[in-house]
Amino acid sequence: MPAPTAGQRPRPHAQAPAEVPISEKAKALAQLLQQTLADLGPDIGGSLGEVVATVAPEHLPEVARRVKESPDLAGDLLWCLSLVDYQDRFEAVYHVYSTQKNHRFVLKAGVSQGEPHLPSVMSVWPGADWYEREAHDLFGVVFEGHPNLAPLLLYEGFEGYPGRRSYPFYDYQEW
Amino acid sequence: MKPRGWVPVRRYALGVSAEWLDPEKGPQGNPGNRPAASLLHRSGVPGLITARSDQLFAWARASSLWPLTFGLACCAIEMMSAYMAHHDLDRLGVVTWPSPRQSDVMIVAGTVVKKMGEPIRLLYEQMPDPKWVIAMGSCATNGGPYWRSYSVVMGVDHIVPVDVYVPGCPPRPEALIEGILKLQEKIKQDARSDSRATA
Amino acid sequence: MSGIGEVTVGPFRPERPLDTVEMMLNMGPQHPSTHGVFRMVLWIDGERIVDVEPHIGYLHRGSEKLCEGEIYSEIITLFDRLDYVSNFNNELVFCMAVEKLAAIQVPERAQYIRLILCELNRIASHLLFYGTFGLDAGAMTPILYGFRDREKVQSLFEAVSGARLMHNYFRIGGVKQDLPADFRDRMTWLLGELRRGVDECDRLLTFGEVFLARTRDVGNIDAQTAIGLGLTGPNLRATGVPYDVRRADPYLVYDRLEFDIPVGDRGDCWDRYYVRVQEMRQSLRILEQALGQLPEGPIMAPVRRILRPPKGEVVAHAENPRGDFGVYLVSDGTDKPYRVKVRPPSFCHLMALKHLLRDCYVADCVMVLGSLDVVLGEVDR
Repeated sequence: MPAPTAGQRPRPHAQAPAEVPISEKAKALAQLLQQTLADLGPDIGGSLGEVVATVAPEHLPEVARRVKESPDLAGDLLWCLSLVDYQDRFEAVYHVYSTQKNHRFVLKAGVSQGEPHLPSVMSVWPGADWYEREAHDLFGVVFEGHPNLAPLLLYEGFEGYPGRRSYPFYDYQEW
Repeated sequence: MKPRGWVPVRRYALGVSAEWLDPEKGPQGNPGNRPAASLLHRSGVPGLITARSDQLFAWARASSLWPLTFGLACCAIEMMSAYMAHHDLDRLGVVTWPSPRQSDVMIVAGTVVKKMGEPIRLLYEQMPDPKWVIAMGSCATNGGPYWRSYSVVMGVDHIVPVDVYVPGCPPRPEALIEGILKLQEKIKQDARSDSRATA
Repeated sequence: MSGIGEVTVGPFRPERPLDTVEMMLNMGPQHPSTHGVFRMVLWIDGERIVDVEPHIGYLHRGSEKLCEGEIYSEIITLFDRLDYVSNFNNELVFCMAVEKLAAIQVPERAQYIRLILCELNRIASHLLFYGTFGLDAGAMTPILYGFRDREKVQSLFEAVSGARLMHNYFRIGGVKQDLPADFRDRMTWLLGELRRGVDECDRLLTFGEVFLARTRDVGNIDAQTAIGLGLTGPNLRATGVPYDVRRADPYLVYDRLEFDIPVGDRGDCWDRYYVRVQEMRQSLRILEQALGQLPEGPIMAPVRRILRPPKGEVVAHAENPRGDFGVYLVSDGTDKPYRVKVRPPSFCHLMALKHLLRDCYVADCVMVLGSLDVVLGEVDR
């Protein structure tokens, strides 16, 4: 009998997704996001208590400007910018926090893997600077409008994009 | 023929008692930490210590190792603990020095990543001979928990020659002190066994 | 025309200072005052800093990538080594993220144990900051005093977790083992020692005239800029914004405890320093209450050894000694995470360096960097 491969391996302990009831605050926040970004066609959802708005990548600077300047959302602190490699696309995830309103929400934008380009949001949140450089380093996403996309974490001449899923472990090259 | 250990009264001024110089007991029977006794034992001349100059220099070098102040990662915190009052490396003659130009020993405390490789080699080359390297912690020894990483050098011995490896993640300050004692031993041993004191 | 031996000195004209040429000065990556392997290139005009370009990545170990190849319980060791001065806080954030994703309820005793250890770690971290900041200012004594008390905290950590620095003590769903039998006595003794130690440290350095001259109104930053750059933690609170995750988004059992959030008003080096000193006092307050409330009971929720959380993504964050430390975790339902992204507070603090150092003097550059209290392990990951 052949050994089961990784794909066939039974997973008896797989759990059901955690149920987190959507709070009133999150509902109101989702509504606010919907109102603010109505004409840009956002896709508002939720995940474990976080309100997530998925937008088209070309609208990102406009979305960023609106969520920052809207007095109700007031997303003034870019908490984190992460990139996730979902095999078919990259997803840029912007976690935004409001120090005035004390709420947090997530903006997402998918981008294709061929030649990934995203507009920079540095004009809205100056703190996006190094996050974008890091994403450029590790994932090869080019942020248009960023003044200096020089390598930040990696050295000059590093080949490949180690953040991507396709980049291997065990890099045992003597150098 | 006089016994080799024959020394007049002046021996007491040196703080060496006659029985240490007894050829029967010899330096092996020497109680405690008395480095001068074995040297005294060799000379047949009263009040005179003879030693080979490289042995003497090695003794001086081993007793005043000045490490380069140079912390890379987590181990640097334990290295700092070792320098501070509780563990007090000063009593071994170890005084940190911020410039490579006057340092004797480089304690590589932490993960060496490829980007840092060139600066480390440069620092090593800036240090005057004789010089020694202590690889502190498992990262500097062989990559440690980052052995699968794309950016970590699998041990600092790919870049500079290492004399003493201190295991641990991170090593306790006591382990670092042990490493320094081992290095002192090595320096003296190298001089004794006619090999050069340094690479 | 002046002959030999004569020197003509023009009249002193304050409106026309000495001509200086802009020059470049490299600092690091090995520099005793860069707090790790950090390099900055300063453009200086005389003694004044015109521009600064920070370079990081000299400790980029690829932790985020390595997390993708380890099972969940192994990742805790990698998180230990991110911010290597506040290990318990890092472990906590990762455990909280997985617990949130897999809907695991942590027993109350475990929560209290976590809280006590995290607060102790905050004190230990701030004591290290206190010492190195004194060293940056040119005072040798503070670091000896800071480490004197830090050693006491570390020996308690050793008694609890078995390790001085890399504890690997928190588990997904609880903690590894129960506290030692004499924990309460040791804590009571330690709290007294720390209270005395913090007061002594405060008296030693805070209002010293030289220290004030070196730190007051050096490296100011206003609240608006600080928020825009993503500053959090004591560095943001020094500008007067009372943002503390323990209050803004309470985790563990912080909502049951009373404590104040110290804030500064000018956002200069001294404020950043003093906020931390005051935070140590607040942590002692928290510790006293938590020790009084510490309940009996189990320390570990029933969790499978090979954990497979459901598909999904989660964010968890906590107030580290350095700021708002967070992790963004994407799970695909297997025993290894799909993506782990760490949100390191020091990363943003270093971004602010450019704004802080402009028009400072070269001598102050070390002070400003020291007052930010960055740990390069979490900046580069």
